[in-house]
Amino acid sequence: MVEISSEYAVQMRGINKSFGTVNVLKNMELDVKKGSIHAILGENGAGKSTLMNILYGLYHADSGEIYINGEQKYIKNAAAAINMGIGMVHQHFMLIDKFTVMQNIVLGKEATGRFGILKTRKSRKKIKELIEKYNLDVNLDAKVRDISVGMQQKVEILKALYRGAQLLILDEPTAVLTPMEVDELINIMDSLVKDGKAIIIITHKLKEIKKSADECTVIRKGKFIDRVKVSDETTRSLAQKMVGREVRLTVEKSPPKIGEKIFEIDDIHVRCSRGIETVKGLSLSVRRGEIVGLAGIEGNGQKELIEALISVRNVESGTIKLDGVEIQNTSPANVLKHGVSVIHADRHKYGIILDFTVAENAILERYRYKPYSERGMLNDKTRDKFTEKLIEEYDIRPKNCENLLIRSLSGGNQQKLVIGREISNEPNLLIAVQPTRGLDVGAIEYVHKTLIDLRNRNKAILLISLELDEIMDLSDTVAVMYDGAVNGVFKREDVDENIIGLLMAGGQENEKCC
Amino acid sequence: MKNVANIFEKPVVSTMISIFLGFLVAFFILFVTGYNPYEAIVTFFNAIFSKPKFITNVIIKSSPLILTALSAAFAFKTGLFNIGAEGQYIMATIASTVVGLVFNFNPIIQIPLVILSGVLAGAVLGGIVGFLKAKFGIHEVITSIMFNWVSLYLCNYVANSAVFHKPESNGTYPINKSGISMLFYEWKFSEQGRKFLKNNQFLNEVLLKTDLSLNFLIASAVAVITWIIIYKTTIGFELRAVGLNHYAAMNAGIRVRRNIVFSMLVAGALSGLAGALTISGTSNNSVQVLSVFENNGFNGLAVALIAQSSPIGCIFAGLIFSSLIYAGQAMQFKIGIPSEIINIVIGVIVFFIAITRIFPIIVEKLCRRESRNAQ
Repeated sequence: MVEISSEYAVQMRGINKSFGTVNVLKNMELDVKKGSIHAILGENGAGKSTLMNILYGLYHADSGEIYINGEQKYIKNAAAAINMGIGMVHQHFMLIDKFTVMQNIVLGKEATGRFGILKTRKSRKKIKELIEKYNLDVNLDAKVRDISVGMQQKVEILKALYRGAQLLILDEPTAVLTPMEVDELINIMDSLVKDGKAIIIITHKLKEIKKSADECTVIRKGKFIDRVKVSDETTRSLAQKMVGREVRLTVEKSPPKIGEKIFEIDDIHVRCSRGIETVKGLSLSVRRGEIVGLAGIEGNGQKELIEALISVRNVESGTIKLDGVEIQNTSPANVLKHGVSVIHADRHKYGIILDFTVAENAILERYRYKPYSERGMLNDKTRDKFTEKLIEEYDIRPKNCENLLIRSLSGGNQQKLVIGREISNEPNLLIAVQPTRGLDVGAIEYVHKTLIDLRNRNKAILLISLELDEIMDLSDTVAVMYDGAVNGVFKREDVDENIIGLLMAGGQENEKCC
Repeated sequence: MKNVANIFEKPVVSTMISIFLGFLVAFFILFVTGYNPYEAIVTFFNAIFSKPKFITNVIIKSSPLILTALSAAFAFKTGLFNIGAEGQYIMATIASTVVGLVFNFNPIIQIPLVILSGVLAGAVLGGIVGFLKAKFGIHEVITSIMFNWVSLYLCNYVANSAVFHKPESNGTYPINKSGISMLFYEWKFSEQGRKFLKNNQFLNEVLLKTDLSLNFLIASAVAVITWIIIYKTTIGFELRAVGLNHYAAMNAGIRVRRNIVFSMLVAGALSGLAGALTISGTSNNSVQVLSVFENNGFNGLAVALIAQSSPIGCIFAGLIFSSLIYAGQAMQFKIGIPSEIINIVIGVIVFFIAITRIFPIIVEKLCRRESRNAQ
């Protein structure tokens, strides 16, 4: 164990924390050197977020000590943490949409003159200095709702720096970024570290840990496993430490046995809520026994496309056919009845009901059918039995959670339930939208295997993802969505990431179209 | 110590604490304003428990409150705020009165007819609100408040109308006797009945001096049925799903709009039942000119809050609420304590219920401080 010293931005010793009867952290420790990037690696539910929330004063440890710059501190709340120079960028950004970037940054810490009059020029000058120093290029006068997710993240980082953060906690910082934005973020982190600041990143993406971090603390089931120098490790050895067993990082799949065309989107046009056409004549088809990966950068019409596919939104023109039957502009219930299941990217909003129990979520799509209900009365026994089966089959933790609110499960376990629920529908077509968003290596491996299994059982899968790696690993056919339409469809073996990356950015690669 | 904090997370416990605090504040106010709190509390409990008649009256008065509370709780489970319970209640009293006056069938037909007409009136009113919300996105609170006033003035119109107005009174004629559902209504006022009851003091009080009916049993049964609908049926499953996350519900194939209409329809029917039972089962069996709202619906909202939207809890919260109102009147009558004191008690209880989450937090803080001191 390292000695307590002022060389370290943060040191935590013997941290215990439990919620109810569940021990989330057991005798946890952490040492983060000044001027370094420290990754915290662990599966979902391992306790990474809880540990960081304790450091940021949002939770209090049941026991244990926290040292900031070598001095023991009691962190009463987030305000106290900020005063100690700790800044946190949450996975879900905490910005006010209708305010400008500048307003968001200074919010709550505005420079004011007499009578509380805002001194915007003074604030602006300070922010401009930060922007220049760390290459955080943002437009201060744009409204937050008009800028990209990557930009919003920069705003969050600026917000923390403006408050004098010396230690920056980034929770899953790359989950929503495009590959280019990730590189940019890593550059920013490097420039911050050069200035003597310390950064903690919570992540499960091994590649990015390898690319950016200096040291890494591995947590498993609330316990400290190891603290390692990243340069001494491979992604494989890191994954093994995290999961506690050998992990396959590449997806093993047999050649596809492609059958007849089952799902066909033909020249659909869809408007978004503001009335602007965002899907502009998109056509795509999926065959049995095939995974079609639809790559694309966020904001190219994916949201409206998905909504149209499940009949939550109407198409202006064009058809969506399943097995030759038109299903567009009907109802979600009808789409479901035709055997289309969906795994949504934003599971909290579209996939589950957080204040329902695990069991209630499990039967969300089948409660109205026998044997889950009869003559309008729910049958709790069959519900619980079905849920137990899902818990068993999909290794949802904790065991016996069927009557807990699903809110209390970790994101990975929530997603496992969703996937289990959708696959147990035995769908003709599974639409998987970023099915591994926010999941760790172990869970990702599991999800990928499940999807491949489903394809091998001659089902059709449409995979819509912003993660190019995932598309390339899983798909038999790769399509690229750009500006509301498909601008290229390839057999997986005919294409590489460079071509897809180019098309995602709006380039043309017509000669290779098949 | 952790367990202590967990106990405080139980709704029943936090409700009890809120009620206790409500009384505590009332004590303080009585003391400060120069009344004797001890005398007040004795009067308060005497007013409820000292005679069978009093207990009976508390129970009778609780019935409409339980039903309007169920109405609010039901809508709330679907994420809707039924502030229109007041209007639905009034509309039901109008419908029941008019039907009870116009028709005169055998009681076996007449009583259900009177009650159903009120239920229907409430349901229609609630249903319209739900429809406007589902179809055009008009907020239910706005339309409900409008309907409350529409109902109030319609009530005054009917009460004053040439056809129904009872001369030298403030309202309509009582409904035809065939529609009255008080127990032994005709018998207990007959000579034979009076003679019989004279010999039994208990029955004499409970039957003759109150409007004893089956209303409370009906309200309790409806509470149980409501609980079953919400938690044990597919309909309730849908309603709760829509209330908690209508996006996920919609994607799971649940028809969100239909559920909103249905929920308001049922909520309206429940408030309607409250009004209908009042007309059929309590004197004067008629509607009166209202200068202000009588708060039968609004109080139901408060009762639902105290019950924290639990249907079964509504029964007990309704009883507590009607005791407060009933005993409050007695306190004013007997020792001159302004009835506003009771309103303060109710207000404080609802206030503490609304911030009920604070109790487990306070307890946990205390526990933590203690354990830190121990270290």
